[in-house]
Amino acid sequence: MISIKNVSKWYGDFQVLTDCSTEVQKGEVVVVCGPSGSGKSTLIKCVNGLESFQQGTITVDGISVGDPKTNLPKLRSRVGMVFQHFELFPHLTITENLALAQTKVLGRNKDAAIEKGLKLLDRVGLKAHAHKHPGQLSGGQQQRVAIARALAMDPIAMLFDEPTSALDPEMINEVLDVMVELAKEGMTMMCVTHEMGFARKVANRVIFMDRGQIIEDANKDEFFGSPRSERAQAFLSKILAH
Amino acid sequence: MLHFSDLQGSLPGLWEGMKVTLQMLIMAVVGGMFLGTLLALARLSHNKVLAAIGGAYVTYFRSIPLLMVISWFYFAVPLIIGWVTGTNRPIGAFTSCLVAFTMFEAAYYAEIVRAGIQSISRGQMNAAYALGMTYGQTMRLVVLPQAFRKMTPLLLQQSIILFQDTSLVYAVGVLDFFNVAYSKGNITGELQQYILLAGAVYFVISFSASRLVKRLQKRMTV
Amino acid sequence: MHYHWDWGVFFKPTGVGSEIYLNWFVSGLMMTLGVALSAWVIALILGTVLGVMRTVPGKIVSRIAGAYVDLFRNVPLLVQLFVWYYVIPDWLPDNLSNWLKQDISPVTNAFITVTVCLGLFTAARVCEQVRTGIQALPKGQTNAALALGLALPQVYRQVLLPQAFRIIIPPLTSEFLNIIKNSSVASLVALPELLAQTKQLVDFTANQFEAYTLGTLIYFVVNMLLMFFMRWVEKRLRVPGLIALGGK
Repeated sequence: MISIKNVSKWYGDFQVLTDCSTEVQKGEVVVVCGPSGSGKSTLIKCVNGLESFQQGTITVDGISVGDPKTNLPKLRSRVGMVFQHFELFPHLTITENLALAQTKVLGRNKDAAIEKGLKLLDRVGLKAHAHKHPGQLSGGQQQRVAIARALAMDPIAMLFDEPTSALDPEMINEVLDVMVELAKEGMTMMCVTHEMGFARKVANRVIFMDRGQIIEDANKDEFFGSPRSERAQAFLSKILAH
Repeated sequence: MLHFSDLQGSLPGLWEGMKVTLQMLIMAVVGGMFLGTLLALARLSHNKVLAAIGGAYVTYFRSIPLLMVISWFYFAVPLIIGWVTGTNRPIGAFTSCLVAFTMFEAAYYAEIVRAGIQSISRGQMNAAYALGMTYGQTMRLVVLPQAFRKMTPLLLQQSIILFQDTSLVYAVGVLDFFNVAYSKGNITGELQQYILLAGAVYFVISFSASRLVKRLQKRMTV
Repeated sequence: MHYHWDWGVFFKPTGVGSEIYLNWFVSGLMMTLGVALSAWVIALILGTVLGVMRTVPGKIVSRIAGAYVDLFRNVPLLVQLFVWYYVIPDWLPDNLSNWLKQDISPVTNAFITVTVCLGLFTAARVCEQVRTGIQALPKGQTNAALALGLALPQVYRQVLLPQAFRIIIPPLTSEFLNIIKNSSVASLVALPELLAQTKQLVDFTANQFEAYTLGTLIYFVVNMLLMFFMRWVEKRLRVPGLIALGGK
């Protein structure tokens, strides 16, 4: 579904990604972890073309992201993304947030878009808040709305960019629960996260990145059983100590 | 199109005009900043009457056009000075304009200085008071020096605007740079050329000055 | 020096029909507001386009808008007005130039000239406000909108501009008030707006203090009314739960 081949990226002279390659199969859940500044967020943003890259290729469902001829908006509308800081549109109500791209991008009619939005809102347990503005919800609630907003586009895959790292600890689980459920339903997911509990529960594979490189790309059991690289071991021991 | 029959001959006159413009600018900047600082202090004062007066002054001058002030003061300043001093000496348009600019710009400088003072943390004032300083010492030695450093770019930016606004003295016949250019154009029948020339001169000076201010601003934030 | 105070001067007849001097102030104010509003339409539309240009990826587009701002902000308004009034008409095609100079009345000519001049002048300032407003938004908003598949124009229309405009209502308000004040330069190209009418009363009656007091007072009151109105608008448009972005 998502194929990343030899991708490198520079900001000026500074190399942020070095020769990264991996695959995410349909229905697979892949967790990407690593210390901050390791390039994991940059990599996931390359998948839907929010970041450009200078070398290598990324294809999503057979479509090349880096190809200038690719219709990026169309590609992005088929890949859902959830951000660290939620990024709901603060000037719109929750319902309008859910309906905006459905109507403007997919051309659905307004009533259908709202109905679909409400259904998904119900699914993440927030139907009662439909008329509110994002600023009136807690962080955890906002992130659940953001997931619903992405799902409303009927995505073929979902990208999560540190979806819980801006949340207060007591709100993390409500978001992870939604993600676990999604994974169990067979959604193709690529998740940048430090939540190793989530990785253990639903991931098929874990990728460990450091300094712009993919250091480790292993099955979940293998990764947690005996990470091969020292850096991954050090990282894991630090994270799991908490 | 842009042919001048005798630009060389006009240069001394234009230079005289520019001197008037710069003189007006410098005097109004100094006077305006001084008065503006007093106004800012008045606005921030605990004395309610003083604060109200400062506030009213600033609001008033900020809500009326500069050209209106210039035209009005052109009449009013000689009359008022006459009443106050009891003499009947004629006051030139230059002085009237200078008073107008000083009083008008003071309202704008006051707002900048006020924001500057407010940006200095309350802790700085408390620390100065704790050392036994009076209000005057606290302001003069601790708060204002910091505030002015922070506000320098904005004060300079406002002065560049004032530089451009001095051209409005054309309305009451002061022979500043623009008015000289305009008259030369009228006399020689090359009005268009002289207007464009004046525009170009203002542009070069303002543009270079604001670039310098921007650079200063960058240096200060780093 | 003696000065004859006479506050009744405003109600004296001008000698033209049944007109009193107060009528001059009313028609002057109407002219001021008319020119200010027309110029504001130009400033808002052009300024928004330029402001967007300054924030889109693509250096050339941004530079063009930047050059516009530099040009219009560094030449005095009076000089710009004289360029529009004395220079530009000769550069226009003959039929347009003749239309401006001969076919329409001098007042209409001045009105058009001042409107264009003030509109383009203020557009440069609006541009900077719009740019500031857009840049104040978190970068993630653009990313989130793009990730949903919105095309760049949609991102601006649906997500960035509605938020940016809410942030910049206060500075835009003062730009509009500036247009009203700046429109007084029109008195120098003989447009009978408020300042010109005030001066005319001075010339006719020698009651300078009364005339300038009333003229100033009208500017002052209009300014205050508009300020309160815009504060009310700002409050109405405030997004619930969003104190940090909307209010100050």
